[in-house]
Amino acid sequence: MDAFVTAFIVFALAIFVGFEVITKVPPILHTPLMSGSNAISGITIIGALIAAGAQQDLLTTALGFLAVVFATINVVGGFLVTHRMLGMFRRKE
Amino acid sequence: MPPALINLVYLLAAVLFILALRGLAHPRTAVRGNLLGALGMLLAIVVTLLDRRIVGFEVILAGLVVGAGVGALLAVRIQMTAMPQMVALLNGFGGGASLLVAGAALLEAAAAEAGVPLVQLTVATVASGLIGAVTFWGSLVAFGKLQGLIPEQAVVFPGQLPANAALGLVALGFGAWLVADPAATGVYWGVVAAASVLGVGLVIPIGGADMPVAIALLNAYSGLAAAATGFVLGNNALIIAGSLVGASGIILTRIMCKAMNRSLANVLTGAIAAGQAGPSADQVYAGRVKAATAEEVAMLFDTARRVAIVPGYGMAVSQAQYAVRDLANLLESREIEVTFAIHPVAGRMPGHMNVLLAEAQIPYDKLKTLEEANPAFEQTDVALVIGANDVVNPVARTDPGSPIAGMPILDVDRARTVVVIKRSLSPGFAGIPNPLFAADNTLMFFGDGKQAVLDLIAAVKES
Repeated sequence: MDAFVTAFIVFALAIFVGFEVITKVPPILHTPLMSGSNAISGITIIGALIAAGAQQDLLTTALGFLAVVFATINVVGGFLVTHRMLGMFRRKE
Repeated sequence: MPPALINLVYLLAAVLFILALRGLAHPRTAVRGNLLGALGMLLAIVVTLLDRRIVGFEVILAGLVVGAGVGALLAVRIQMTAMPQMVALLNGFGGGASLLVAGAALLEAAAAEAGVPLVQLTVATVASGLIGAVTFWGSLVAFGKLQGLIPEQAVVFPGQLPANAALGLVALGFGAWLVADPAATGVYWGVVAAASVLGVGLVIPIGGADMPVAIALLNAYSGLAAAATGFVLGNNALIIAGSLVGASGIILTRIMCKAMNRSLANVLTGAIAAGQAGPSADQVYAGRVKAATAEEVAMLFDTARRVAIVPGYGMAVSQAQYAVRDLANLLESREIEVTFAIHPVAGRMPGHMNVLLAEAQIPYDKLKTLEEANPAFEQTDVALVIGANDVVNPVARTDPGSPIAGMPILDVDRARTVVVIKRSLSPGFAGIPNPLFAADNTLMFFGDGKQAVLDLIAAVKES
């Protein structure tokens, strides 16, 4: 139970940090914020890697493989498209 | 690698994610921020590959190659106008990955020597499966609507709310079953199946112009699904990253709802407040609408000193952003001050218009928010509205019985002259006529957004 409580404390604090940081993002960057935060939520990939690599049985490996594919699309697609978008924002020269 | 060290690297990754989001506070620091986020992800992946539980790399490698190929292709090829679809799709993949990982972790825990999985694990697994499946299917429906694969209109039928509630209860019922009997791992797929149908049911009643809310909410869900999976795995990196994204989605959802002066419940049920039956289109428009030619509009620019351009979804649909940029440059070359006034819900996702204008190399200091733009309209000579309707409808200010009453709008009607580029007088998403189009200081310039702007450019050059 202790581990669960610790995890919950981390969860609650992280939500607060999220609110603090994200309220400072200006409206002009809301689209990159969505795609960029999306890429960050692709962190599930670390769970996917273990499921795919543990070779426990066919079903978990299959689930793991699919999860790795999904999460990698999310991570690579998310960071890359955000980078592409942010490169377009420029000041008056 | 000892687990303590692995966990410290995960902590470092989480810190980098926070720095990434903090970098987005300004366009100047945003690119670096995004790179820091990517670095955090790379560290997390590399350190995970050193985990002792991983015994074979073939499947992992195959998954990484396929995923990276698809992701990179999408990211490089996607057009900026299609960014809402892209984000919807990415949300969906994130949710899908979370539900799959939670399912695999459940199977693993059930097969372990220790015997039955703990209650905390099954509760978190149920949460992950439920939110993940809703996110996955909801996002696919949102993608379909935005891509035009399925009708964009709100699909509303009697008994929809009870039906969705029932689906939610079924999913929770399966969840309770799994918690009570953790050895029955197959029940997890019951949760996923019910939540999948629920995900479809939740998004079909959301119509086109409400999409910004749906996308922001699905963004929040994808984060919360990752956080729930973090509880399943007992992994703080997932919990932190997931909560950050959840918070981001919730904030954006709130901003979008506020910008439409509607409650989240109202948007989610697809019900635009009926309001009292307002005046009909004929009553508002009859004999009062003045149509102008490109030459007439160009003459306005001859004497103008300040011009505000107000883009809406119509600009995205007609891909007019480059033509708009050329027009803005042309006007500036004649000593006219040009700014862009952007409503928070213009387009199909938060910040949609800003990205399109940035793509057309319009400097971001010219892009004004609603709060910045409104006080300036009284000193504006020409407000040029391109493909926007409800967000410039003064009825929101004047008629408390209207469906959009109280919605913050761009006060273009306070400019000296308003020019509206639009195909016809057809109503916007709210389905009501717009008295702005019949106002004394308004000229309607009918036509396709891009073509109309090109005609304007030609006319200004000749005058």
